[in-house]
Amino acid sequence: MAIPDATAGRLEWRVATVVDVRDETPRARTLVLDVPQWPGHRPGQHVDVRLVAEDGYQAQRSYSIASPPEDRGVALTVERLDDGEVSPYLVGELRRGDGLEIRGPIGGYFVWDVALGGPLLLVAGGSGIVPLMAMLRRHARADASARAAVPVRLLYSARTPADVIYAAELERLADPPAVEVVLTFTREAPVTWTGYRRRIDRAMLEAVIWPPSAEPHAYVCGPTVFVESVASLLVELGHAASRVRTERFGATG
Amino acid sequence: MRAEKIHLDGNAAGGVLRDVFAHEMTAALATCGGCGAVGPVGALLEYGQPMGIVLRCPTCDTAVLRIVRTPSLLRLDLSGLRLLTIPA
Amino acid sequence: MAQQPFIARGFRARSARMVDAPRLPPGQYETNDFPVLSAGPTPRTPLSKWDFTIRDADGRSARWSWDDFQALPRDTPVVDIHCVTKWSKFGTKWEGVSVDTLLAAAASQGVGAGAFVVAFCDGGYTTNLPMSDVTGGKAWVAFGYDGAALPPEHGGPARLLVPHLYFWKSAKWVRGLQLVPTDSPGFWEQLGYHNRGDPWREQRYHGDP
Repeated sequence: MAIPDATAGRLEWRVATVVDVRDETPRARTLVLDVPQWPGHRPGQHVDVRLVAEDGYQAQRSYSIASPPEDRGVALTVERLDDGEVSPYLVGELRRGDGLEIRGPIGGYFVWDVALGGPLLLVAGGSGIVPLMAMLRRHARADASARAAVPVRLLYSARTPADVIYAAELERLADPPAVEVVLTFTREAPVTWTGYRRRIDRAMLEAVIWPPSAEPHAYVCGPTVFVESVASLLVELGHAASRVRTERFGATG
Repeated sequence: MRAEKIHLDGNAAGGVLRDVFAHEMTAALATCGGCGAVGPVGALLEYGQPMGIVLRCPTCDTAVLRIVRTPSLLRLDLSGLRLLTIPA
Repeated sequence: MAQQPFIARGFRARSARMVDAPRLPPGQYETNDFPVLSAGPTPRTPLSKWDFTIRDADGRSARWSWDDFQALPRDTPVVDIHCVTKWSKFGTKWEGVSVDTLLAAAASQGVGAGAFVVAFCDGGYTTNLPMSDVTGGKAWVAFGYDGAALPPEHGGPARLLVPHLYFWKSAKWVRGLQLVPTDSPGFWEQLGYHNRGDPWREQRYHGDP
């Protein structure tokens, strides 16, 4: 059976089956999908999800793939937005065994794979961590020499510790200096927290990231205002704009 | 109070672009017909949803790609695009 | 052969549909939100630089500065609005100058007539309308919404307000009306939306009767 080319040809809508659901935080849940004839994907890509109600009403949203290509099943991590239309359904209603119509994988710009090399700089704002987690997980599954060739630094801005998605796994994957994970909390941090307690700014970036001479591949993901602020700071710090890739997440969910 | 709706980027239009071009397009390089800036389609600024997709140059805001799908047709306005380079 | 769509178990639209049905045009649902839809970035024109112009096909024009505009007689229409993306919002409260007032003033300054208008806006957005759809008390240039100054994301300093047509005709950040002899499709119309856009006849797209 021919496997569809990942970059050419129209994408068909397919009905996937939810095989697992996992709560990550009080607001975020991971759905693991079994997608028929899934061609595989690259870290950073996303899928479009389409919901059709019985009366014909339709809603469509995009969600980043959280799982690395090695995993069986396609994992999406969705954060519930209170006045959202699709996210409350995905996080609150959808259950194992349900069907979910998706299209993908989509994306060719905001992607990273081992072959692209490093150093790899990941900057996440809120649920922007999701596609970057796919990259981090891919890195963790690569063979030892590939991992050694690509040092990773993740800077992850979250409101509070309860909002940190994948907290336990990030702790496990952290392996300084090869894999550095730096968190900053913008609303509330534990009393004992000795790390950053503010929005990402120029000083924080300068302290955390490589100098421009290291020519890291940078991926910045999160809300639009966050992404544009961080991306322009990186360029201000001397990083080539062509090595700073951005993906803006919307406020509608 | 609702926050002002902000734009997204060409990544969000990836699915529709795939429909239109039958090819992954976010990594394609677009040359802006307004100012000549060159950059990936994924880095264009996306407006217009859900009426349609308007992808604008991040340098000068020229509408580089405009797409509307109606029940009977899909229309694509490329008048703001000077050149499109799609990697093999 | 058309494929049956996959129905998502337990999914339904957030807003109740078919509320106050006679007041809802076909295919619409009521919302209490006021969704923002823009074809481009929000312009930020300072009032000191803002003006409104009505221009005819021969180039004769009438122009108002912000202060001139504020001195004109104003209305406070309360209207239902309908977006082509299917939401309708009832009882929205506006403040603005009737387009009839502006056209009469322009005529008295020698600006000619036109069978159609094209509204032009900061940021380059345009939309076209028959003259009959902006006269007879059907249209305003609105600078107030819900008792306050119209916010920028909803079209402030001023937007066109033509509530009997789909809301994309109520052009945000409007700076004037160009009077033209023939219908001249604007931004969304050129991309396939209907030239007139009557929600009661469900004129959403080019080709809808």
